[in-house]
This record gives sequence, C-alpha cells and structure tokens, in this order.
Amino acid sequence: MSLLQVALGDKTFANGVQTLCDVHFSVESGEFVALVGPSGTGKTTLLNLIAGLETDFQGHIQAPREALSYMFQEPRLMPWLSVENNIRLVLDAPPLQADNERFARMDKLLQQLSLSVFRAAFPKQLSGGLKRRVALVRAFVTQPQLLLMDEPFQSLDEPTAQDLRQLLIQLWQNTRPTVLFVTHSLNEALQLADRILFFSARPAQVILDYRVPLARPRSPITSDLQSVQNQLLQHYPQLLSGSLAKE
Amino acid sequence: MKVFLQPRVVILLSFVLLWQILAWCLQSRYLPPPSAVLFTLWEQLVSGDLLRHLSATLGRVIASFTLAMLIGVGLGILMGSRERWNEWLDTLVIIGLNIPALVTVILCYIWLGLGETAAILAVAINKIPMVIVTLREGARAIDKDLLQVAQVYRLSPLQGFWRVYWPQLYPYLFAAARNGLALIWKIVLVVELLGRSNGIGFQLGNYFHYFDIKGILAYTFAFVTLILILEAIFLRPLEKRLNRWRE
Repeated sequence: MSLLQVALGDKTFANGVQTLCDVHFSVESGEFVALVGPSGTGKTTLLNLIAGLETDFQGHIQAPREALSYMFQEPRLMPWLSVENNIRLVLDAPPLQADNERFARMDKLLQQLSLSVFRAAFPKQLSGGLKRRVALVRAFVTQPQLLLMDEPFQSLDEPTAQDLRQLLIQLWQNTRPTVLFVTHSLNEALQLADRILFFSARPAQVILDYRVPLARPRSPITSDLQSVQNQLLQHYPQLLSGSLAKE
Repeated sequence: MKVFLQPRVVILLSFVLLWQILAWCLQSRYLPPPSAVLFTLWEQLVSGDLLRHLSATLGRVIASFTLAMLIGVGLGILMGSRERWNEWLDTLVIIGLNIPALVTVILCYIWLGLGETAAILAVAINKIPMVIVTLREGARAIDKDLLQVAQVYRLSPLQGFWRVYWPQLYPYLFAAARNGLALIWKIVLVVELLGRSNGIGFQLGNYFHYFDIKGILAYTFAFVTLILILEAIFLRPLEKRLNRWRE
C-alpha cells in the first residue's frame, strides 16, 4: 500500500481555467519525489490538493493529512513571533500536545541547523536563507510522514540554496519522511530526488516517471549528474517545456 | 526617558506661560490666570467633589468603551470576512456613522428613561460604527497564507484564531481603541450634561449656568491630565510591546 495515492480526474478553477487533468501517480513511504514541469502548470495546486487546502476537485487523493508538513515557496513565518515561538506554535497543535519529546526535538533541530543563537530573533531580523532554515525546522519538528515542498529554495542565491539542499537531505535521511518536491530546475531535482515526475504544460499530466540512476551522496557538479542530465535532455529536448516530442 | 519626555513638557509649559501672560494683559473675568484655575482645582480636590465626578465619568467611559469594542470588533470581523454579513449590515453602519451624537443621546433618554443604561448605551452606539469600519479593514487585510500554515499544521480552530488571526488585527484594534477613547470622552460629557446628576459633564453644566470659567477650566484640566496619564501608562507601553517585532 502506497503512502500517497493521487488519482485526479480534473481540477478546474472558478474562472474556468483547467489546471490539472488525469494526474495519476503513487508514492512509496520514504521516497523522495521531485515534480518538474514548466511554471504555471498547477504543481502548486496539486500540492494544495494533497494538503487539503483546496477541496474542490474530481478524483481521489489518499494522503496522511494527520502527519503532513508543507514548506511553501515563501517561508510563511508569523512575523510577530520569535523563531522559537514560530516552532512552538506548530508543536502546540492538538496532535502533538501529548508528545513529551517535542521540545527536545526542537532544541536538537535548532542546534543542527545552527539556529540556536537566533531563538529570540524575529523573522524580520533574519536573512532569506535563515528564514528557510526556520521553515525547515518547523516542517521536520512535527515528524511528518509526508513533506510537501513548493520550490522552497527558489529565490535564494545559489550557495545558500545549495547549503539548504544539503541540510534537507541530511534531515530527510535521519527520519525518512516521504517528500514531494516541486521545482523547475532539472539539476535540483536530479540532485535531490529518487524519482522525478515530469509534467506537461496546462492542463498538466504526468508525461514521464523517471527513476534517478545516481547513488548518494550527490553533488551538483559531479560528472555523473551532468551526464545524466545531458542524456535526458538529448533524448527529450523539450522535456522542460512539458513535452516528450523529439523536435 | 527624560530626553523622550522633554518636548511634551516644553510644549505644555509654554502653553501655560502664554496663557498666564494673556490673562495678565487682558485682566478679564472671562480669562482667569492658570494660578486661579489651579486654586479652584485644589479646592475641588480637597472637598472630594472632583474625585466623585471624575470617577463617575471614568466609570461611564470604561463601560461604554468596553461595550462598543466588544460589539464593534465582533461585527467588524464578521463583515470583513463574510461578504454576506457586509451586504446586510453595511447600510446600517453608514447610517450609524452619520447620525449626530446628540440625536442618539436624546432618543436613548426618551426611550429608555434618564438612567445609567440609556447613558452608556447612547455613547456605545455612537462609537460602534467606527470600530466596525476599522476592524472590517483589518479583517480584509488578513494574510490568508498564514492561515493556511495554521491549517496545514493542524492547529485547532481556536488556536488558529487566537494565535494566527487575532495578532494580525492588533494595529486595527489599537487604532479603534485610541480614536474610540477620544470620541467617547467627548460624548460622555454631553450625555452627562443632558441627563445625569453627577460626572464632569454635569459639573460643567453647573459652572456654565453661573458663568464660572475657573470651574470649567479646572475640570477640563483635570480630565485632560487623566487622559494623558492613561495614554502614557497604559496604551503607549502596550502598543510598544506588541509592536516589538516591527523594529
């Protein structure tokens, strides 16, 4: 039985724009799956549907919503709460209140991501990279079975984004949640994921289910990764615009 | 703190000085010097009259302020977040905003009798529409992205309200409270003048009857001082504390 099953007939917005159509896939427990496709094809909508933030669609989604975390494109921290209180906010939610280990886990994660000195700081005082770290702690501290990530490192400079990718892989390997990671960068997907689902342009469908043939640990500049990327793009020159066509 | 207070003190002292000089030059019984006003104030304080009337007025201010805030905040949030409520109540709010205070005061006294209930209600009715309009703006400016965070991390509806929704309304609550206090002082005095047998408004009416300018100015001085103290020890520190994260 898969942890996540998506069988979408159709998702059409009130304005009549059809964003998703016939999207079928399932994800095993502990798998790291990247969703790659042109921008504006409804990948964010797909994550929102899985998270239960949008409920108006045809089809069926089975997801562990009681143990789910979501890292949005923007860090979405409460600006009036300190770093520590932003984390405590999600730890006070009813499903976690009985868990006595939760604060020890928070301390450990804050330390692991070098955030201990920023506990009392407000989000406004933090750089973009640090805000993402806090959002990462918030996502992992609840020990999710399923972690949704919507281009979380997109607006960062490359070295900072690379740091965060490595931290993400470390955290993922410690507790092994299932991850669904939306990105439009093939390089990022190849570096992080076990498996990549390529999406077509709107209305979006899965056009290719690709298993990444690379051992871990990976680095973005190794020749392995580069050659896999080149092979893929030679085979499907228009893959990133959402088509398997040869020309 | 001293440096911070200085401009406020300087402006007050120069005002009093100007007043004293003007009183000397005019030598009119219609403009008594500050010293004479202070003497009257002292007499009233010693006799106990001042505190009796001041506390009666303060009691009415607190009662009608609390009532107006409770109802206004509740309706404002409803109208700001539910377009249906807004459609139904908007016309009433506009009428409420534009009805002269004197009309509501007189009608309340006629319909409910010359009692405390009528007095407090009349003041509250004048204030409620302004609170509604301010809080409606606040509810419309709520960041839905942050509410999604509360939903995804499974905060209970109550937690979501008090810890994610409510803090976003603080600036609007402060605006409503501050403007409200200023308006309520003014209307409470009118209400007292028209139909109560104690309070500063009642006392000002008496002095007006005898053209006792000293008395009028002494009582004015007393309650202006009270407002400044309330603002300094209550509103300003609270606002500063709640706005720490903006720095």
